[in-house]
Amino acid sequence: MSLDFIDWALVRDLLSWFLFLLGSAAVVIGALGIVRFPDFFSRLHGAGITDTAGAELIVFAMMLQAPNWIVLAKLIFIAAFFGLTSPVATHAIAHAAWMVGFKPMQGAALRYKGDEGE
Amino acid sequence: MGRILILVLNLVVIWLLLSGYFDKPLLLAFGAASVAFTTWLAVRARIIDNDSVPSGLFPGILGYWAWLIFEIGKANILVARQALAVEPKLSPKLFTVPNPPRSSVGKATFGNSITLTPGTVTIDVREEEILVHALTEELADVEAITAMGERVARAERRQT
Repeated sequence: MSLDFIDWALVRDLLSWFLFLLGSAAVVIGALGIVRFPDFFSRLHGAGITDTAGAELIVFAMMLQAPNWIVLAKLIFIAAFFGLTSPVATHAIAHAAWMVGFKPMQGAALRYKGDEGE
Repeated sequence: MGRILILVLNLVVIWLLLSGYFDKPLLLAFGAASVAFTTWLAVRARIIDNDSVPSGLFPGILGYWAWLIFEIGKANILVARQALAVEPKLSPKLFTVPNPPRSSVGKATFGNSITLTPGTVTIDVREEEILVHALTEELADVEAITAMGERVARAERRQT
């Protein structure tokens, strides 16, 4: 059976637009999380969505639009470096906050431990 | 010696992929010179060990990365649901998980995997355990995170 009737450029465009929209939605949801979550440590989790799903899905979408393999190789490098560096940055912030004595809210009541003498 | 060879091969591949020159002898010679210079500097500084050239993690780590991408996708959905919920049901929690990988690269990989998974952030990496902050009770799954650490340990054990 021949698959000549499929317009592969169109399929590629559709798929990459789907990923672009999904990635953009992830960035917006991550930003919402940063605004809505209550304390410093829980806000880091909102930033985590932007870091992983947001950035990576947009780079995957760009890979589908790549005009030649050189651009594709560079995008693969970018995706890999995102995956290796963004957790290090997040950990650096979280660890710095922990070291200076910043304590996270805990439990469903969202209390700081030690508020009522434990 | 094996590590130096791996470093040279990686530098050559990265240079070729980033430059895209295959048929310009002058530029290829410059590339070869820069690879040789970088390798010489690395050998002279004595920084070629399992931290800078983590060949021990391959090939086991490739399967682990593929598995990790799916885990990140699942956790993303859970956290996104909380970010969009009218009333987010958060119960942040601090807890420790064991840190089974033996090499420092393995420990760093495990710590980064926890941070990379939305909903859990590595706060402190110690010799034997990792202090983790999780967003909800559901995400604070000690068993699942411990299993992830054992996967990293198994991936690095597949080396010689």
